[in-house]
Amino acid sequence: MLEIRGLRASAGGNEILRGIDLTVNAGEVHAIMGPNGSGKSTLAQVLAGHPAYEVTAGSVTYLGQDLLDMEPEERAQAGVFLAFQYPVEIPGVTNAYFLRAAFNEIRKARGLDELDPMDFLDVLEEKLKVVEWGPEIMSRAVNSGFSGGEKKRNEILQMAVLEPRLAVLDETDSGLDIDALRIVAGGVNRLRRPDNATIVVTHYQRLLNYIVPDQVHVLSRGRIVKSGGKELALELEARGYDWVEDVVGVA
Amino acid sequence: MTDRYVRQFESLDAGAEPEWLRPVRRGAIERFAEAGFPAARDEEWRFTPVSAIAQTEFAPAPPARPLAREAIAPFVFGHPEWPLLVFVDGCLNEALSSVPALPGGARAIGLAQAIAAGDEIVARHLGRHAPVEGSGFTALNTAFIADGAFVHVPAGVELAAPVHVVFVATGEADGTVTHPRNLIVLERGARASVVESYVTIAPGRRYFTNAVTEVSSGEGAWTEHTRIQRESEAAYHIGLTHVDQARDSHYRSFTLAMGGAIARHTLHVRLNAPNIETLMYGLYLTRGDQVVDNHTAIYHDHPNCNSWEVYKGVMDGRSRAVFNGKVLVRPEAQKTDAKQTNRNLLLSDGARVDTKPQLEIFADDVKCTHGATVGRLDDVALFYLRSRGIPEGTARTLLTYAFAAEVVEEVALEPVRLELERLVRERLGAGG
Repeated sequence: MLEIRGLRASAGGNEILRGIDLTVNAGEVHAIMGPNGSGKSTLAQVLAGHPAYEVTAGSVTYLGQDLLDMEPEERAQAGVFLAFQYPVEIPGVTNAYFLRAAFNEIRKARGLDELDPMDFLDVLEEKLKVVEWGPEIMSRAVNSGFSGGEKKRNEILQMAVLEPRLAVLDETDSGLDIDALRIVAGGVNRLRRPDNATIVVTHYQRLLNYIVPDQVHVLSRGRIVKSGGKELALELEARGYDWVEDVVGVA
Repeated sequence: MTDRYVRQFESLDAGAEPEWLRPVRRGAIERFAEAGFPAARDEEWRFTPVSAIAQTEFAPAPPARPLAREAIAPFVFGHPEWPLLVFVDGCLNEALSSVPALPGGARAIGLAQAIAAGDEIVARHLGRHAPVEGSGFTALNTAFIADGAFVHVPAGVELAAPVHVVFVATGEADGTVTHPRNLIVLERGARASVVESYVTIAPGRRYFTNAVTEVSSGEGAWTEHTRIQRESEAAYHIGLTHVDQARDSHYRSFTLAMGGAIARHTLHVRLNAPNIETLMYGLYLTRGDQVVDNHTAIYHDHPNCNSWEVYKGVMDGRSRAVFNGKVLVRPEAQKTDAKQTNRNLLLSDGARVDTKPQLEIFADDVKCTHGATVGRLDDVALFYLRSRGIPEGTARTLLTYAFAAEVVEEVALEPVRLELERLVRERLGAGG
């Protein structure tokens, strides 16, 4: 589904990704771990097309398409979804309007009819269950005045509504208490299907107790320095990131 | 340039006018002859390029031809039962107006008719609130008072439906001027909502609207006053709203300005007693080469009054907006709580805004704050929307609309709010 080859990217002249290679197949969950500043979030944002990052080398192929050649909205319409580490507050736009606008843009791009507000409400009713929310949340402005946990739940709600093929969760666990973490992780698990894939970017192993990965990759200074099964996350938790950096001899 | 208007004044037919009005007019034209139009060196008018208005030889609008109901349909909203006064090129058009019987002796009629009938309320209030010393434009309007809306709500009477006053410019003849004059009087404990619309059926025409509205809000009265300015984008519009508030009264205004090549609205609110509440909201949307100016001044002359002001602007093209908000707190106005906010969104490199909050506070036990911002669309918010599949153009429009709509939400009366939202959506090209 996703093939990343030799990906290099920089922001403001500083190279952050220094040659990433990664293959993700349908049905898989990959965890990207690494210390602060290793480039985890940059990788997530580059995949979504954040304009602040410049890709200087390499390729990203998504379902046979050149992902790097696509605008952010085209990527979303093709099924790529980024759950933001810091979801953006948009005063003046209700959650309901925003979600329906996004939902309909994606349907339109796929040649499907747009849904009117009433029909969309039916869709929404099911999706709200994924994050254990009532309909009240829909009349609030997008993320405006939401708590940290509510913002992350809102990301998962959007993911549930938009049904991506490739979801990238950028530090979705940061700032969550244990209840919110359970709800968010539960939502992600309910959305797992054989034809979609998930990349979980996280600093801590904690989230991986709930979302069990098929593969774990450790990122350090812009490169994947170690890959393994889910047990790698536990080993990292026990021995710290210094251990990986020592093992691979990163100066 | 002033001579022309003085000559026009001398040729006015006094007709059967009541005696009190003649000296009011005379004093006003004398004032205008002396002061003329505001000059660029006048601090209050520094950013408003009035020379274009002063140097054009505007003629009085000729009597309007009959207008079909369909022609004004785009400007009428709400319920058919709402009191509606339609003025075509400054004169009341009775065929297009409809005012049902109002409760408690309340009236919404043409000012010309009220003057001709020798109405006592009109005699007591007209020209007594908006000082002709304020500006040459106010003096000129007062000298040429002809028609406009007269709304009178007796003590304790509540008007459930808003009174909609529509001034339609036909642009039948280029280079004409009208001086709409409105008088709104709410007696003790009365409640009413008045909407003023300045519109045109000739979007490319250059004409001049010089409007003045006087509002007298009695003790404990509640007023919602909405002003919709969507003149021709080649026209000139100068408007003054002067409000006098009595004890315990609540006055809220909303101003939408989106028309005019050069447009200015001045809102003066004088708090003449303690325990008054005043809310002033505004939105200006400019594009092309428009210059749209909003000046507000609130006079806190007495203790325990609250004022809350939020004006927002969205500027595109090479347009220019001006916001000047004055808050004057006199030494005796202790416990004043005044907050003023002005936020601006620039959509293009060529657009600009001059914003100037002025707080002049002479009392020591007060809470007064102000803040002004000028910015562009937030790149992070834009990326967030795009990352959800919303195309860039749509995302920009959505964020722009959201910025503008936030202040429209403050309009209390729902049908008025919905109409304002529709106008803003239409103007910004936002669907649904």
